[in-house]
Amino acid sequence: MSTSLSGPEPAMQAPGREPVRSGLPRTSRTARNHAPITATGLVVKVVLLGLVAGIAIWVAFPLIEAKMWVGLAILLATTAGLFYLYLTPRHIPVKYLVPGTLLLIAFQVFPVLYTASTAFTNFADGHRGSKDDAVVAIQSSSVKQVAGSAEYALSIATKGDPTSGPLVFLVTDPKTRAVSAGDGEGLRPLDAGSVSVAPGGKVTAADGYTVLNFGQASVRSKEIIDLVVPTPGGALRSNGLSRAYEGRAIRAYDTGCDCIKDSETGKTWTADEADGSFVAADGERLTQGWKVNVGLQNFSRVLTDPNISGPFFGTLVWNFAFAIGSTGLTFLLGMAIALALHSPRMRGTNLYRVLLILPYAMPSFAMLLVWRDMFNTDFGLVNNLFGLGVDWFGEAWSARIAVLLVQLWLGYPYMFLVATGALQAIPRELTEATSVDGASPWASFKAVTLPLLLVALSPLLIASFAYNFNNINAIWLTTEGGPFPADNPTNGATDLLITYTYRLAFGAQGAQFGMAAAISIFIFAIVATVSAISFRRTRKQEEVYS
Amino acid sequence: MRIRTAGVVAVLGLALAASGCGGSSNDKPAAKESAKAATGGKLVIWADDKRTAALKPFAEQFGKENGVTVEVQAVSKDLQTNFVTASQQGSGPDVVVGAHDWIGNLVQNGAIDPVQLAAEQKSAFNETAIKAVTFNGQLYGVPYATENIALIRNTELAPEAPKTIEDLVATGKKLKADKKASEILCLQSGQNGDAYHVYPLYTSGGGYLFGTTANGDYDPKDLGVGKPESIAAFQKIAKLGEKGEGALKRSITGENSIATFTGKKCAFLVSGPWAIADAKKANITYDISPVPGFAGGKEAQPFVGVQAFYVAAKGKNKALAQEFVTNYVTKPELAVALYKAEPRPPALTAAFDQVKGTDPDLAKFSEAGKNGQVLPAIPAMAAIWDPFGKAEAAIIGGADPAKTITGAGKTIAGQIK
Repeated sequence: MSTSLSGPEPAMQAPGREPVRSGLPRTSRTARNHAPITATGLVVKVVLLGLVAGIAIWVAFPLIEAKMWVGLAILLATTAGLFYLYLTPRHIPVKYLVPGTLLLIAFQVFPVLYTASTAFTNFADGHRGSKDDAVVAIQSSSVKQVAGSAEYALSIATKGDPTSGPLVFLVTDPKTRAVSAGDGEGLRPLDAGSVSVAPGGKVTAADGYTVLNFGQASVRSKEIIDLVVPTPGGALRSNGLSRAYEGRAIRAYDTGCDCIKDSETGKTWTADEADGSFVAADGERLTQGWKVNVGLQNFSRVLTDPNISGPFFGTLVWNFAFAIGSTGLTFLLGMAIALALHSPRMRGTNLYRVLLILPYAMPSFAMLLVWRDMFNTDFGLVNNLFGLGVDWFGEAWSARIAVLLVQLWLGYPYMFLVATGALQAIPRELTEATSVDGASPWASFKAVTLPLLLVALSPLLIASFAYNFNNINAIWLTTEGGPFPADNPTNGATDLLITYTYRLAFGAQGAQFGMAAAISIFIFAIVATVSAISFRRTRKQEEVYS
Repeated sequence: MRIRTAGVVAVLGLALAASGCGGSSNDKPAAKESAKAATGGKLVIWADDKRTAALKPFAEQFGKENGVTVEVQAVSKDLQTNFVTASQQGSGPDVVVGAHDWIGNLVQNGAIDPVQLAAEQKSAFNETAIKAVTFNGQLYGVPYATENIALIRNTELAPEAPKTIEDLVATGKKLKADKKASEILCLQSGQNGDAYHVYPLYTSGGGYLFGTTANGDYDPKDLGVGKPESIAAFQKIAKLGEKGEGALKRSITGENSIATFTGKKCAFLVSGPWAIADAKKANITYDISPVPGFAGGKEAQPFVGVQAFYVAAKGKNKALAQEFVTNYVTKPELAVALYKAEPRPPALTAAFDQVKGTDPDLAKFSEAGKNGQVLPAIPAMAAIWDPFGKAEAAIIGGADPAKTITGAGKTIAGQIK
């Protein structure tokens, strides 16, 4: 076991040799002396473990700050586990498996679980945070200046230390120029003789108070915002650092009835925990809602909403046609070119190969946009070059053909590359043997070359199918799913499930993440089923030909 | 020996960890020192690339004057979404700069707070701009620039500004017949339509998007799309389409409309201030006039959009953010600097008057937007764009207006909660 494991790092090897011989108690000392503990190995190990510790400490601070003790416990356990694992000479296989597993958990398992759990919530724009967040947002967005009240010039002062003393608002009435000091208790007038006021109305000095400058005040922003000086009409609040106004929160949350009350109109909105919003008796809901668990609602909506399920089947059929068409056509063209270049009579193959790879080397993002413009009816290259007047993206079938053509152009170099590689791995003796036996080139290709190619390429074809099944860029950057039937702007002729659902989830009133997650689970189920069936069939094929 | 190796590794590892930790703790005193030099708190502003460059010198000056640190960070992509997500997590900025039609979404996510402007501060602004940033009766941002589309024409090809869209089509057709131009009008649509650019024609035909409530806000319950007025408007638009006059075409897209105009292939372009730089570069002699309406129809009203500064609800330094937005952004100097970064009419009347003299186009754009409608900021507006645009494209392509618009109206109504 240990001899077959020859990792690139000598440090890994060194302890790796030991446990095999650990049955020999004291002789292991000599055995270890054979094991190469090199200086580089040691340094690499120290640096990597130091890095682990460094990252752990770096991550720990925000966790402590946010009081996320579970996260901190997981972090500590993981770090301690890593240290133990790489300092002990035992558990060799685990040493190799752990880094990959950790990355798998962090970047695959966690997002998948997160998506799945999101699918059961109403997480969307307007339903992002907690109920408390929503209440705060409703109250603070309802603060209005009391009608007819004055705007005061404001200075922020304290009786104590500028960095920690309790804050006081020194406000100047714009009309009377009278100065008052305000804190949580209320306003007290100050003697005009004890204060000096700047021309703008701001108090620059007051007996017994230290007036804070902007810099000093700005570090205590939260206290300033929280300081509300009660007044008969409402409350005096700061507006920035130099002005104050008399404002009143029109809407307030009442724990008794679990509702929001509007003190101007008397209207109430009661919390609806099933929906995550405050709803009035007349059905009006406040825009600021919160995130709640909605169970299977998102899933049932996908199945029952006629807007979603109605065009679902047609879209699914085209989605399969698109994925199979993209994969199949690129494979056919790529393989044909690979076969042509594989012929020993071909000259200048390297030049051809370079030219054929070019589409693959260009960023597909940009190329899709270029192709979209090339299919323009009046200004596009395709129509101008061939003297056509085809409304490519305006008719269902021409749009479908156009996206498949674009896919073909973008995708065949990849198939050409992998087919070339696979062809070179097929021994020429086999085809030569068939020709000796008198088979035509076509028969020899059909009976020998193609099956052997497929054994090598089937997994790639399945991967390409799964990729194209969800190829949002290919559609979104060219037709955007269009053309659309005149009476239904939600489902177009070239829409894939992914573009269709993207429009549903993000096209309406802001983003609906819960909905999007539910749909992506459906799509996952479809792709997983198709892939599982294809892999099973491939395995059978491999058994036949290997 | 084994223990010693393990010991060496552990000690070295700890030392490294300590140094790694030391690195981060070193930063803190350093930051504190610089803060002490400035004595004050820190203000973080998010804006897009262009505005970040224009804002930086002013932000620095604000910082210097007031003894605080101001950081302007460029968010070049998806500023609105990034802002909402970041402020939900508590890692957002104190101030954000963006278009006024974000307000509905930002408010429903509790991402911004109302701002309080004194009456005399409010009156320094263009009235439409203040109306645009008012949502549910509250002022949510301080505007700095307005923008709207207008008719830009090549005066070499079309010396007279058309009074009606019919005049425009007649001139365009003549130019086409004389082989002086290949298109009648460059009004971008594309395969999926463009609600923003076709809106003046829609209003001139009598259509509307949302009715208004008693206090002047847009009312999402009164949806105009799908109503008889909207069908009548699109019947007029259909006559300009591919099966009619051929003035509106799906092949004219956002990517090629300005280029086609600067390439002298069409005499008329419906676009905004952003098209002017290209026209100047191509040495086109141009003039700007309001987008004309249908003969005998209503006024053609473009959308008016406003760019504004917002105070983040979950910012770390809200007091400072309020100070910056309400007392500093309201100064004309900043508005002029932002105008120089990108030529859109300033929302502050004083700043507008200041730059008007050097830039005659500005006054013309502003004139074209005088009767414009404020782009609705209610969240329901997000449900309009896509179906409306697609209906427009289908009708331009020859689909039946009544059927198409009724379908679009149904889809939109289904998406508005």
